[in-house]
Amino acid sequence: MAGSILQVENLVKRYGDVEAVRGVSFSVEEGEVFGLLGPNGAGKTTTVEILEGLRDPDGGRVSVCGLDPQRESAALKHEIGAALQSTSLPDKLRVMEALRLFASFYKGGRNPEDLLKRFGLEEKRNTFYRELSGGQKQRLALAMALVNDPKVLFFDEPTAGLDPQVRREIYDIIEELKRERKTILMTTHYIEEAEKLCDRVAIVDHGKVIALGTPRELKAHSGGATRIEVRLSKPETDGALKKLDGVAEARVVDGAYVIHSKRPPQAIVSLVKYLETQGNELISLEIASPSLEDVFIEMTGRRLRD
Amino acid sequence: MKNFVALTRMRIQLTLRNKMFLFFSVIMPFGFFFLYAGVFAKGNPWGIRYLLGPVLALTVMGSFWGLSAALVTFREQGILRRFHVTPVSPSDMLASSVVANYLLTMPTVLVELLFARFIFHVPNFGNLVSAFLLITLGTVSFASMGLVVASVTNTMQETQVINQLIWFPLIFLSGATVPLADLPQVAKHAGLFLPATYLVTGLQAAIYWAYAPWSVDVLLAFCSLAVWAILTFFLSAQLFRWEPESKIPRKAKLLAAATAIPFLLLGIWENNTNRTIKTAQAMYNSLNAPAKPGPPSDKAH
Repeated sequence: MAGSILQVENLVKRYGDVEAVRGVSFSVEEGEVFGLLGPNGAGKTTTVEILEGLRDPDGGRVSVCGLDPQRESAALKHEIGAALQSTSLPDKLRVMEALRLFASFYKGGRNPEDLLKRFGLEEKRNTFYRELSGGQKQRLALAMALVNDPKVLFFDEPTAGLDPQVRREIYDIIEELKRERKTILMTTHYIEEAEKLCDRVAIVDHGKVIALGTPRELKAHSGGATRIEVRLSKPETDGALKKLDGVAEARVVDGAYVIHSKRPPQAIVSLVKYLETQGNELISLEIASPSLEDVFIEMTGRRLRD
Repeated sequence: MKNFVALTRMRIQLTLRNKMFLFFSVIMPFGFFFLYAGVFAKGNPWGIRYLLGPVLALTVMGSFWGLSAALVTFREQGILRRFHVTPVSPSDMLASSVVANYLLTMPTVLVELLFARFIFHVPNFGNLVSAFLLITLGTVSFASMGLVVASVTNTMQETQVINQLIWFPLIFLSGATVPLADLPQVAKHAGLFLPATYLVTGLQAAIYWAYAPWSVDVLLAFCSLAVWAILTFFLSAQLFRWEPESKIPRKAKLLAAATAIPFLLLGIWENNTNRTIKTAQAMYNSLNAPAKPGPPSDKAH
């Protein structure tokens, strides 16, 4: 833990009576891409904004690059780069002007010209911010986070609201940064994103870290079972489904039955046979290979994207 | 300092690209100018010199509209948050908007003076040093007041409502529209609590009667506006918020109200002595007197 570039111990943040962050702890090593995965309102953004020095914590200890974001925020701001959520730039600021302006706030750093090229914004250099597409805005946000060549990057929901095509472009950018051994703390509520990009993931729910590890470790923890989701014409008890051959676990999640199984073919056969005896019918059936979603369902009994 | 310069440049660029700016900084002031010079003063050079005080005061006071609106928009849209993760400080942000506004207001003032000189043949503008000092302080102080308004409002609508509430007394009770001497007694005395009254009267004393910077009327306006400018700027930095938050602490509203203190005190003193009302009345009388208008000789330095 000591020597970690980013340390969070027992972090607490309240907004009035609401405890948004309730004792979060984790640490991030240099060169690591670390993800905070959880549903909206889990406290991910609050945690990140405390680390960036934008909000003051109500309890716990945090350190970023050996600095206290609360007391040494001026020094910290030279070391970090951030792509925030719910932020914007002036409508009539041009792309290149934005990069140059933000670069001027730091000593040294990267050449805005190179960033423009690297993030595929060359043709947009003289375009007003408000005329950019969602994906272009996000690429600019990531480019701007790099202007000071920071030690730590914070990406808060870097692909929220983008269509799949654009999301993949952003993944490519983050993967490239990962190859350069940049330290990145990112938040997301997309399972795929966390699994694909992050070296380690902390799953966050209701202001607490409920699981932490590499995506592989986390999936192994949930038994590495395949998830079978079915909808039935008549309700069943999850107890009855759990007893079927090949079924390891069964629970009801928003009206659907989520079955975990290490032997999916057996589970499906026994399920269909059982439903016949009950005069019940399958309305839909989906099969998904093990993912972090299963970890979340197992820990909370809820789906991640609620 | 580097951040301040970069931000000032950005503010100027953005303002020049904004159509609202064209209205508030070009069309409106020149509209007032031609209305006052051409219609009210009927092109008479002495009348124009008298009315340049109100015209320039209106040009300068408009600053608080633009600045409050810009700051609230920046905060509402989450633009300020982005600057918050950089080494930019609140005073960089605020000072750059005040200075950018000043640099953008000066050309308008200059063009108004050139119009007066070359279209209406006003031979001279009294004491230009006094006028310049008052215009500078007026621009800076009213701009800072805009920043204070922005810090105690959350949305553009709220800001506009507050701005209207401030604007109407400022223009109607200060002599900026109706001459102070023509106002009913109650209004005259209420006007003594407004910074605009001292700005208008001070500018008239400078341009119409050519009072030097060290004359009492100019000095009074200069000092009171200076104190006010420092106080409002200081408070705007204290009240500055990067984040769009729904609740503004009660303390913030009280602090914003504290910006009224200097002119509350000055107003009480003025209401006892009636200095400014007398000066305004004397200038008004001399304008309407059949003899050559000008300051009484014993006050002319």
